[in-house]
Amino acid sequence: MITVHNLTKTYGQNTVLNIEHLEIPKGQSFGLVGNNGAGKTTLFSLLLDLIQPSSGHIINKDVQVDQSEDWKPFTSAFIDETFLIGYLTPEEYFYFIGELRGRNKADVDALLSNFEDFFHGEILGQKKYLRDLSKGNQKKVGIVASFIGNPEVVILDEPFANLDPTTQIRLKGIIKDLAAKEGVTVLVSSHDLIHVTEVCERIVVLNKGEIVKDIHTSAETMKELEAFFAG
Amino acid sequence: MLKHFIGLQWKSFFRSATFKTEIWFKILMALGALYFIVVFLGMGVGAFFLIKEMEIGDPLRVVNQFMIYYLAFDLVFRYMLQKMPVTNIKPLLYLPISKSKVVNFSLGKTVISFFNIAHAFFFIPFSIVLLTQGYPPLQVIGWHLALMALIYCNNFINVMVNNQNVVFYVIAVLFIVAGASQYYQWFDITIYTGPIFDFFYDIPWTAIIPWMILVGLYYGAFAYFKKHMYLDGGLAKKQTEAKTENLEWLDRFGNLGTFLKNDIKLIKRNKRSRSAVIAGAFFIFYGLLFFTGALEVYDGPFWKIFAGIFVTGGFLFSFGQYVPSWDSSYYPLMMSQNIKYREYLSSKWYLVIIATIISTILATFYIYFGWEAYAAVLVGAIYNVGINSYLVLWGGAYVKTPIDLTSNKKAFGDKQAFNAKTLLLTLPKLVLPIGIYAIGHFLINPMAGYIFVAVFGLLGFVFKNKVFTMIEGIYKKEKYKTLQAYKQK
Repeated sequence: MITVHNLTKTYGQNTVLNIEHLEIPKGQSFGLVGNNGAGKTTLFSLLLDLIQPSSGHIINKDVQVDQSEDWKPFTSAFIDETFLIGYLTPEEYFYFIGELRGRNKADVDALLSNFEDFFHGEILGQKKYLRDLSKGNQKKVGIVASFIGNPEVVILDEPFANLDPTTQIRLKGIIKDLAAKEGVTVLVSSHDLIHVTEVCERIVVLNKGEIVKDIHTSAETMKELEAFFAG
Repeated sequence: MLKHFIGLQWKSFFRSATFKTEIWFKILMALGALYFIVVFLGMGVGAFFLIKEMEIGDPLRVVNQFMIYYLAFDLVFRYMLQKMPVTNIKPLLYLPISKSKVVNFSLGKTVISFFNIAHAFFFIPFSIVLLTQGYPPLQVIGWHLALMALIYCNNFINVMVNNQNVVFYVIAVLFIVAGASQYYQWFDITIYTGPIFDFFYDIPWTAIIPWMILVGLYYGAFAYFKKHMYLDGGLAKKQTEAKTENLEWLDRFGNLGTFLKNDIKLIKRNKRSRSAVIAGAFFIFYGLLFFTGALEVYDGPFWKIFAGIFVTGGFLFSFGQYVPSWDSSYYPLMMSQNIKYREYLSSKWYLVIIATIISTILATFYIYFGWEAYAAVLVGAIYNVGINSYLVLWGGAYVKTPIDLTSNKKAFGDKQAFNAKTLLLTLPKLVLPIGIYAIGHFLINPMAGYIFVAVFGLLGFVFKNKVFTMIEGIYKKEKYKTLQAYKQK
């Protein structure tokens, strides 16, 4: 589904990302871990054509992302709060995204009804604008909005941070189902090794911009990762 | 302690993002400040002789008579522009500094604000002129001190009523009514207020009264702030109750409707965009200055075209100018969602066009000033639609300053309007149509001038697709730089 070719990103003398080759097949739940500054968000921003690669390119389902906009219809993401429109209510935001992705109100409502548990009664019908919601609730809105319109690729940066334990557990279930039942390619980054190992079939460790481990998740994965990060 | 506070203030000023702007913008700002200083100085020195010349009475008494309007205007001006001192309090709350100190410092800071100092440029020279003209020193000094206290009273009144729109509008309306009734000679408020200011001059020691009021107001503001210095009190962001709106009538426009819906909500729900649109609406009346012959300098024939462009282009200039910065806080979403650049741009274009058409309809009352006046408005509208609408979008590609939608304070004097490229682009917006008109006007007749400008506008309309492809290309080229710039708040 996604292929990365000789991708580098440099700022001045400083190379923040350098990936020779990376292939993510369709329907895989893909985890990206690494310390601060390892290049996780840089890779995701490159995938979304929010920054320009210094060399190389990314192919998302036959579309080279920095050349054509055709990857947009089947790709969705939630990176940070800049993906939210502060002056809309959550409902309006969902409908807005829905309309951009060719879904009418009824479609969006049907999708949202699956997430009532996840929202925990704190999102819909609250008479609040997104900018007035708590950080955790904003995140819930952003994550669910990225599921609207049956995307084939979903990119979530640090989805577990700022969420309460109950929501974290629910989110893990949702992500697993997406990849397993609906064949969606899910890319998740996290600092939390436990969450990623539970959710992802495959884990890639980035360190200073380079891939240092590429693991197919198994019972030993957690130990291997801990050993690596303990240094 | 004070040393630390001043150090923090120093850094926050010199390290702020707005400070690090293009050098020639700084020069422009300095020139602007200098302009105000010169105007005030000129008023201070010249007012006395000017009033004397007009022979409407003792200059000091005349100044006193209208002083109430001066103070009222000052208050309104402050309310709209002066920054509140609470902004940097939050990080100090949990540090071992007593609350009184923090509040005292924050309030003290407002004392040296430009809004207070500027008045000195009027009052000091005016008082000096009074002294040289043989007014008794003691009385002049009493009067001077009293008015200084009143200016500072305004400062603290503003601190207390800030964010209380109701109070502000009540005061503003009261003074507009007072001004209007004075003009039409129904009721003259200055008959009652003038003597108060005379009083400070006639009996100088009464200057102590405004100073006492000032001290009272200071303590009022102090107590108010100290009491409200909690995260869920005065420092909390105001939350308005949100209402979900569907605006389904816009659905018939397809994808375009989706964006228009969003833009309408953007305008309605954010302070900054609301004031931009209100400012734009006032432009409709701008033409009155030209067509009524109120100002002699505006009597030349080309000024009519100039007026026509402003009357119908208020929204275009106040809102359109800042596309795409309105969407700066969620630009990454717009860039990665299922949106084609062209659709995004054309929705903004249509918004500008719709607003221009509405302005043109509202401006129909200019027919009252003759067919030529309304012809200028119509021609201005055609030019705005045909040419200027592209130019603002084009200029927008180079505007790279994020807009904080929830705050109004930077609405004026923002550096983004003064970007070298956008400034260059204002030339064809205003100067070109005047030039085209002049050619027609002088070669044939005024009618031909209007027709020339209109034809030019229509030509722009014909080439819409071509121009859009070009603008789209520029936006795409600037995309990464824009994203990068919007990240830095």
